[in-house]
Amino acid sequence: MEKKFMKGNEAIAEAAIRAGCRFFAGYPITPQSEIPEYLSWRLPEVGGVFVQGESEIASISMVHGAAAAGVRAMTSSSSPGMSLKAEGISTLAGARLPAVIVDVARSGAGSGQILPGQNQYNVATKAPGHGGFKVIALAPSTVQEAVDLTYKAFDYADRDRNPVIVLADGVIGGMMEAVTLPEYKTEMPDKSDWVLDGCKGREIRVNSSYVHDVAMLEKQQIDSAAMYERWQLEDAQSESYLVDDAEIVIAAYGISARAAKSAIRELRKEGVKIGLVRPITVSPFPFAAFDALDYKRVRHILCVEMCIPALMVEDVRCAVARRTEISTFGRGGGFVISPDQIVDAVRMLSGEGRK
Amino acid sequence: MEKIYGKPGSLQPTGNTFCPGCLHGTALKLVAEVIDKLELREKTFGVLPIGCSTLSMFYNNYDMITSAHGRAPAVATGYKRCRPDNFVFTYQGDGDLAAIGLAEIMHCANRGENISAIFANNGIYGMTGGQMAPTTLVGQKATTCKSGREASQVGYPMRMAEMISTLQAPVYVARFALNTPANVLKARAGIEKAFRNQVEGKGYSFVELLTNCPTNWGVSAGESLKWIAEKTIPYFPLGEFRNN
Repeated sequence: MEKKFMKGNEAIAEAAIRAGCRFFAGYPITPQSEIPEYLSWRLPEVGGVFVQGESEIASISMVHGAAAAGVRAMTSSSSPGMSLKAEGISTLAGARLPAVIVDVARSGAGSGQILPGQNQYNVATKAPGHGGFKVIALAPSTVQEAVDLTYKAFDYADRDRNPVIVLADGVIGGMMEAVTLPEYKTEMPDKSDWVLDGCKGREIRVNSSYVHDVAMLEKQQIDSAAMYERWQLEDAQSESYLVDDAEIVIAAYGISARAAKSAIRELRKEGVKIGLVRPITVSPFPFAAFDALDYKRVRHILCVEMCIPALMVEDVRCAVARRTEISTFGRGGGFVISPDQIVDAVRMLSGEGRK
Repeated sequence: MEKIYGKPGSLQPTGNTFCPGCLHGTALKLVAEVIDKLELREKTFGVLPIGCSTLSMFYNNYDMITSAHGRAPAVATGYKRCRPDNFVFTYQGDGDLAAIGLAEIMHCANRGENISAIFANNGIYGMTGGQMAPTTLVGQKATTCKSGREASQVGYPMRMAEMISTLQAPVYVARFALNTPANVLKARAGIEKAFRNQVEGKGYSFVELLTNCPTNWGVSAGESLKWIAEKTIPYFPLGEFRNN
């Protein structure tokens, strides 16, 4: 195991290499441009291919071709670019092809801001493209976790033959931390039963998201729905932090959860019984972690997100099912939430707001 | 008795369901004949567009993928870079290639990807029912320009072969028509040239085929061939624009 001091974006790129990613196509957009920059020289070193696409649309479409070739393939972008990639992500899901898409999210609609934001929650968890499909979406809270989840994302993609989103944000992408890099993956999954490698010695294969036979399309949708149910049972991941005696629970993911942990440690010193539920998979949403809370004790859930309005809170409401009070606290615009601000927000809840 | 002509093995024996008189069947047969001749079928990766020719996924007899509308050149790029020993061609219509996929075709050509592009240009959107395409002739009627294309409103038909031949990387750029047996034979030779270029690792080739759409042009199959000769070819001149 190799330990290195790395910037989040570059760590994500290196994790992809070690997971066996051998094709990347992408387009420059802040705050993720270090991913294509890093892979432009790193992929050729390991016999892989880097292409700078003429757009986000072309880049995800190149990934479409590489995925059909049986190669582990990835693209990355930030919020505005994800709107353009939506077409290709939907095509991959419809065509049942694996790929990893990294979204180093920034703030706001349209061009918004280049500064960090958690505004991409709904895109990653509800509608990464048209057509009502779902993807596994993984939300790292540290650079180490960004490495580990990117590494794992390729396995999910190949297992399910479905795109996977790594939902980071501009803070994770831009900060430097010490990371332990995983080993180079040497054994790749067997794709020989579906890969398009030329029809020598077998029947021809046609890979298409267009399905001519409506009964077949419905069958595919039924199978996909069953897969989404399995994710919920088998793949939902979360971290519960100091919740056993908690009267207040913060729900937060990604960088907000990290700030929330610091705030919780501060508040615990003052005797506030507070904990955290942190979704690691934002899709599938870890409903079980909210079911496991003791609602005789938990009097309030504060959903902390780095976007306004809060978006994850809708899943939290669904998970909590009116068993306790829920409110939200967030920063928007591209402001990064600080632990102090969360401490203040919690004090306001207890009627002890800053004088 | 010796068999001197048969259906190419790179087509399914079942035939196609294109409209009567449609030249897509001819274009796809030429592609299939050349694939057979060069013995490429078992390593072919055909990249299909969105449009009438998406249906050729049921008629061709080799591995195929359907891309999102206009993205065939990008899909082909990703595949070919990963599997350089496979034979990769794109097949696109004029809405797919010259409108929604303009960026992808130009940049794929500009990168000089070692693939072969077939462009079936019939000057109209067929699958969606006869709307104006970037290649619809001035004055030609379509369902989104009922009194005919007006250049003052929507500009002039785009000459894709000429545009692509302004780029430095492509090694072969040519336009043929499928309206007469003599032209069909020339087109087949052009497709063969394009496919050989890829096999020999020379780089990007672009073959435009002037085709028809009797259904949406509102003419008979026979009249549509006359139309190509009298209206289409005068605006879209035939020939090789690049042959390196």
